[in-house]
Amino acid sequence: MAKDKRSPISTGSEWTFELINEYDREIALSAEKFQLDTYPNQIEIISAEQMLDAYSSVGMPVGYSHWSYGKRFVSNEQQYRRGHMGLAYEIVINSNPCIAYLMEENTITMQALVIAHACYGHNSFFKNNYLFKTWTDASSIIDYLVFAKNYIIHCEERYGVEEVENIIDSCHALMNYGVDRYKRPYPISAEEERRRQKEREEYLQKQVNELWRTIPKLGDKDEEIEEARFPSEPQENILYFIEKNAPLLEPWQREVVRIVRKIAQYFYPQRQTQVMNEGWATFWHYTLLNDLYDQGLVTDGFMLEFLQSHTSVVYQPPFDSKFYSGINPYALGFNMMQDIRRICENPTDEDKKWFPDFAGANWLETLHFAMENFKDESFVQQFLSPKMIRDFKFFSIQDDDLERELEITAIHDDPGYRGIREKLSQQYNLSMNEPNIQVFNVNIRGDRSLMLRHTRHDRKPLAKENAMEVLKHLRNLWKFDVHLESVDDEEIRETYHCREDVTELNEEDNN
Amino acid sequence: MSYIVDRRLNGKNKSTVNRQRFLKRYRKHIKKAVNEAVTKRSITDLESGESVSIPKRDISEPIFHHGQGGKREMVHPGNKEFITGDTIPRPPGGQGGGGPGEGDPSDSGEGVDDFVFQISQDEFLDFLFDELELPNLIKRQLQGIESFKYVRAGIVNEGTPSKLNVVRSMRQAYGRRIALTGSMRKRLKNYKEERDKLEEQDSVLRDKERLNFLLEEIPKLERRIKKVPFIDTFDLRYNHHVKQPQPTSKAVMFCLMDVSGSMNQAMKDMAKRFFILLYMFLKRNYEKIEVVFIRHHTSAKEVDEEEFFYSRETGGTIVSSALKMMRDIMEERYPPEEWNIYSAQASDGDNWNDDSPTCKKILVDDILPKCQYYAYIEINPRRHQALWREYETIDAVCEHFAMQQISDPSDIFPVFRELFQKKPA
Repeated sequence: MAKDKRSPISTGSEWTFELINEYDREIALSAEKFQLDTYPNQIEIISAEQMLDAYSSVGMPVGYSHWSYGKRFVSNEQQYRRGHMGLAYEIVINSNPCIAYLMEENTITMQALVIAHACYGHNSFFKNNYLFKTWTDASSIIDYLVFAKNYIIHCEERYGVEEVENIIDSCHALMNYGVDRYKRPYPISAEEERRRQKEREEYLQKQVNELWRTIPKLGDKDEEIEEARFPSEPQENILYFIEKNAPLLEPWQREVVRIVRKIAQYFYPQRQTQVMNEGWATFWHYTLLNDLYDQGLVTDGFMLEFLQSHTSVVYQPPFDSKFYSGINPYALGFNMMQDIRRICENPTDEDKKWFPDFAGANWLETLHFAMENFKDESFVQQFLSPKMIRDFKFFSIQDDDLERELEITAIHDDPGYRGIREKLSQQYNLSMNEPNIQVFNVNIRGDRSLMLRHTRHDRKPLAKENAMEVLKHLRNLWKFDVHLESVDDEEIRETYHCREDVTELNEEDNN
Repeated sequence: MSYIVDRRLNGKNKSTVNRQRFLKRYRKHIKKAVNEAVTKRSITDLESGESVSIPKRDISEPIFHHGQGGKREMVHPGNKEFITGDTIPRPPGGQGGGGPGEGDPSDSGEGVDDFVFQISQDEFLDFLFDELELPNLIKRQLQGIESFKYVRAGIVNEGTPSKLNVVRSMRQAYGRRIALTGSMRKRLKNYKEERDKLEEQDSVLRDKERLNFLLEEIPKLERRIKKVPFIDTFDLRYNHHVKQPQPTSKAVMFCLMDVSGSMNQAMKDMAKRFFILLYMFLKRNYEKIEVVFIRHHTSAKEVDEEEFFYSRETGGTIVSSALKMMRDIMEERYPPEEWNIYSAQASDGDNWNDDSPTCKKILVDDILPKCQYYAYIEINPRRHQALWREYETIDAVCEHFAMQQISDPSDIFPVFRELFQKKPA
């Protein structure tokens, strides 16, 4: 079905709204061919200053005011002005319609790249990946953010900026511990949210009062109650626990805790799918623009400019380079996507042995399947091929504080493939990278102190200074003493105590 | 389907609030940086911003993360010569954080770099003059036609159609309709009820006369109610605006400086810095400000800025000549009821022996009563002379007179702060 080559959409580098429209239309057609299922797009053209603004609000198009965003803005601005940092080409928001920002300074080539990358790549990822489907509700997020912003403004007017900031500071410190990892939240609309908010305030307060009731119950069952632990199971979502159970929080403070928690939850899937998300988007801007080129819709000059930018995005500096700062998620993700396509289209014997399920299968279906049903950790575990490991020359280093030297535990050779794959996959396991800290017990009948438990993995301790600061924040919310036990193998290694005026760390001498 | 929206014209300073909050939170650090900057750099430089650095430790947002120690494995790309089982010495400082995305130095616990950022010139001056206060900033003269502002002044019955207040007019009309038709509607209601009752009765029993009367009255009443106009001219209400004069404040600043042979260029420079500080400070508080430069040795002369600071003169010193000149200029051009008058005098303290009492007399009798503030700085590393002692007696009795000694450029700002410190009310 040899089609006539069509004439290019544009030849210059300047963009106009008409051109953007036309590119968008062609890219959309091409995306449809590849069965990319997307939310409607809302493409917003903004200036560099606005991009800086958008940066600092960590990807929320509407955000409440807080000094930490100011800090981020100030430092981004500083770096940008000095030329230390180029601005990202795009920011895209997981919402319905999917909002993508394009910078006015970019050439038409870059705009087309961004449209393909963000509006069709990221967009379809947001819509179809299981984590996003389960955890985020794209159609209500903007409304919720507006609700949050207004609520915080309202609180600031009533209780003073400092008071509110104080609570938000503390919540931010615990933001990573404000997500449910397993339970699924019910998405509700912002309208509903507002309606429920009042109701919730009263109800919550009542519940809390019940928990902390000091009037003893009649009867002689007291002793049994003493034994009961609260919470009965350790709780991983510390902010949720605070919201529901902190004894002295005002209703509005609970709502603020909830807002921070909700936003943390909204971003949680993005933190778990960085490699896949960027890899998917990069793969598709590469594939879609090449498709346009095949149709004759873009010029050679366009392709050269595009490829130049594309290659620098997917460049992976080796570990001993001064530019090295960990594995580049764009590089890993993009190459893995390309590799899956290769395995489907031209499998080698090795591939057939390693990936009997999909070697030689339909590449588009396989890719869609991979995108929809995995997160970084499991994606690497399932799809990282020996060829990829060789291409990247991966090796793993073990750093054990009991050993004098570091040891190379696996490299890109036959015995090493599985090890490398396993370890790289763990590297993307958020629950490995964040200390495992849970609410363990509350002394309900006594001094109301809160006990957290840190379960060590591979003997890794907490960063002490930071931990103490965070505990102070937690105490600020709980309003009674807070303790933390760091446990390794059922043995308590360290205990942190945060009391009214002192925060201290005790090393338990078990060895 | 895609929508393309041009947002470039939307406000670009969405982060302003956040930025201000950040500055507020770290005002202690910023003020320290600003104060250091002032002593370091030349005063003529004050018209630019400043970079502020805050220790990372003070600014970090703590989160739980892993510390050093334990066992960790990292996968890195770009192997060149390692094979499985190789051991390599531990690099000094230990292997970094571990885990992807930990490039951010704030995550590794002990980022040592300071957090550096710029503040603008305006912010710089704000911090510089923070907690300083102009003494006696009270006198304000209304300036004839210079500026007016329209302000709302309620609702009136008459006005131009463009100022019609629809809501109030409708409310008025509604009220009038209720008031005018109230009794009629009541009667109508009664009549209708009565008619209904009569009509229900058996045709033999009912009071025919009454029914006929009612049947005649009801349409009549209905017509009358209908005749009450929906809106009438006297319902109309208009927004009212009045012109309010805007007070503008004007200030004049007198700079008096001794340029006799005993003042060298370094001393003049110090005086200049002081004058500039004062000028910028006034500028932030008054919309309009004029500066008069008077230099003197044995006789005084009003000059322009260039000449004031840079032309060389020699000779003796008679301070009173400058004060006399200032008095004359004030009388002639700056009536105190219209102008806020500030004056700063710089001298090395030398004066013709019997001139100092004259100075005191002119100051106390003619100048100080009309001045908002009079600051005297003596640029002199040595001991005080007659003029200082004479002035001290004024200082003791007069509130808006202040004097300080400067011996080194780094004294200027502290002295300035002291002179203008906010005094507890």
